Amino acid sequence: MSTDFVSTRLTGWGLTAPSVARVITVAPADVAACVKDSGVRGVIARGLGRSYGDAAQNSGGSVLRLAGSVSDVVLDPESATVTASAAVSLDELLKIIVPRGFFVPVTPGTRFVTVGGAIASDIHGKNHHADGSFGAHVRRLSLLLADGTVRELSPTDESDLFWATVGGMGLTGIILEATFAVLPIETSRCIVSTVRCRDLDELLSEMSVGDEDHRYSVSWVDLLARGRSFGRGVLWRGDHARVSDLASKLAVDPLRYEPRHLASVPPIVPAPGLVNLLTSRTFNELWLRKEPRRKDGQIKSIPGYFHPLDSIGSWNRLYGPRGFIQYQFVVPFEREDALRRCIELVVESRLASPLVVLKRFGAANRAPLSFPMSGWTLTVDMPAGADRLSELCRRLDDVVLEAGGRHYLAKDAHTRAESIVRGYPRLSEWRRIRDSVDPDGIWQSDLSRRLALLG
Amino acid sequence: MQNAFGETQNIVVLGGMSEIGLAIARRLITPATKSVVLACRRPDAATSQIASLQREGVDVRAVAFDAADTDSHEAFVEQLRRDHGDPDVVILAFGQLGDQDRFDEDPATAVKVAHVNYTGAVSVSLHVAKQLRRQGHGRLIVLSSVAGERVRKANFVYGSTKAGLDGFAQGLSDSLEGSGARVLIVRPGFVHSAMTTGMKAAPFATTPDAVADVTVRGLKSGRRIVWAPGILRLVFAALRHLPGPVWRRLPLG
Repeated sequence: MSTDFVSTRLTGWGLTAPSVARVITVAPADVAACVKDSGVRGVIARGLGRSYGDAAQNSGGSVLRLAGSVSDVVLDPESATVTASAAVSLDELLKIIVPRGFFVPVTPGTRFVTVGGAIASDIHGKNHHADGSFGAHVRRLSLLLADGTVRELSPTDESDLFWATVGGMGLTGIILEATFAVLPIETSRCIVSTVRCRDLDELLSEMSVGDEDHRYSVSWVDLLARGRSFGRGVLWRGDHARVSDLASKLAVDPLRYEPRHLASVPPIVPAPGLVNLLTSRTFNELWLRKEPRRKDGQIKSIPGYFHPLDSIGSWNRLYGPRGFIQYQFVVPFEREDALRRCIELVVESRLASPLVVLKRFGAANRAPLSFPMSGWTLTVDMPAGADRLSELCRRLDDVVLEAGGRHYLAKDAHTRAESIVRGYPRLSEWRRIRDSVDPDGIWQSDLSRRLALLG
Repeated sequence: MQNAFGETQNIVVLGGMSEIGLAIARRLITPATKSVVLACRRPDAATSQIASLQREGVDVRAVAFDAADTDSHEAFVEQLRRDHGDPDVVILAFGQLGDQDRFDEDPATAVKVAHVNYTGAVSVSLHVAKQLRRQGHGRLIVLSSVAGERVRKANFVYGSTKAGLDGFAQGLSDSLEGSGARVLIVRPGFVHSAMTTGMKAAPFATTPDAVADVTVRGLKSGRRIVWAPGILRLVFAALRHLPGPVWRRLPLG
């Protein structure tokens, strides 16, 4: 067994709260042995490090990176399922399955997440209202337990542990492999309709009707606009295009898939970074104006529609060395007042970057720590170095929790243990299931320590 | 653990009666904070210090700690970890000025000061550093002094302990590179506090609050050494190179 490790300073995608861990890259067959030698600071698995906060950090302990191979990916067109190592990324998968006429069941705003991370965070995408989160599509998975054994889990067999693992932030074990459903597609294009809205009232009312007619739906809000334009934004709804939707030139090779890399942000962007009120306002203005007032039937590529930021490498560095946070919450539909209040608070603070997402979630699934639930979810990136950010986040937390909402663990880098207890009423149920397979607390992360997730 | 804003959960003040130590702790308390431990010789005498830090949801307590009793330091740090979890920020704030005039008559009292200020600080710092290294994160704030930058006759025993401590802390800081743990060295000038009551203030005298402000800014920006006030860095850059006869005649109290 190889126990080569490097003490490495790790952060999440937000580049905040660094800590040092022993990072070990290990083949699936050797994982069990690594876990046995883990010591008191425990182990957490890390994929591509796209959690924004400290979910895949384990200060003073071990961080395992699973060596997985794309060559092991099995696509079964008959049952429309894929079996893949947890280490395989959606980026790698898409390159294999799109040309063969399939799409991942759920994709977040980046394709640079692993299958293991997708399950452990129970990620969601623009199709949550139609298809639910990633966990809903998982048919089975194999999980390495703290005692070194590997257990097969599915929504029907060992379902408690299965659902505790979905959204369980890697704290039930290490996901080694999974089989999940994929979506048959005719083309690699999406057909998109756009509505530009002049204020929040218009945006929310446009969003509130018609989601059910489309697989994908998401909005952008200008969180810097004030006065009459408060809450202006753009709603995009889309579906996978059929061959008949494509112009003859595209229809020649309808499943052609070539994600492009435009540029990368250099390793060092001096403080305070390039994202500030001036650059963000300019961006928002241009971004809004480029969109048509109302237009149907636009054809967009998969990267252009789902992963526009992925074409710019390391865009997280734009915020400078202090990094940034991505604040994401959900509040129930009947508490639209809380959503509006949060938007007001962010707009007043002048701290929002252009990266803002507003969406209507569908129903929650069975996983006790899964984030999505029926309601409005708002996501906004803000520079972590801003003086007033901590206070703003506390005020937002209060509004969100009072409204019966909650925060997304894969994004969180700021909140407190109490917020999780309040936002996730089934936390103790999850702990019971978790403790039953990890009585000694092998699985640990900076996130689990900061938020006292293990109790 | 710290959060994205650098706010910390567990704060420890070694020398829990130190006004500067308390002022720094006060500024580090945020809604993220879970515990503040004041480590001092007589915890029962720290009621007003505890009260001054009390906030909703924060466990503030004083625990017994004797810097001179170096044999106890290992167990002390271990107990801290057990009671509160990872210490995120440890402020090394203890130190005695002593009475320079008495030292000449009674060298044993000078040895005591040297033992606490230097030996005690070295001992507990190394035990804290071991814990921070093990946990892969955390900050040790070492209260040094400009008195160590160029030692002067008026307080050369105290000054020499700070000179030693400062050098130690710089080396410790370098040795912790890459471990996730970091050291911040604070070099205040003359500080109006209980320790200096009745003494004639030196130029650029400052207050515990001002030192704490500089310290917290230094923590945020990731500095290794801060001066309080900042101007002293320039002043001492010059003073260091003064010829001995001139240095001796300077009216520095």
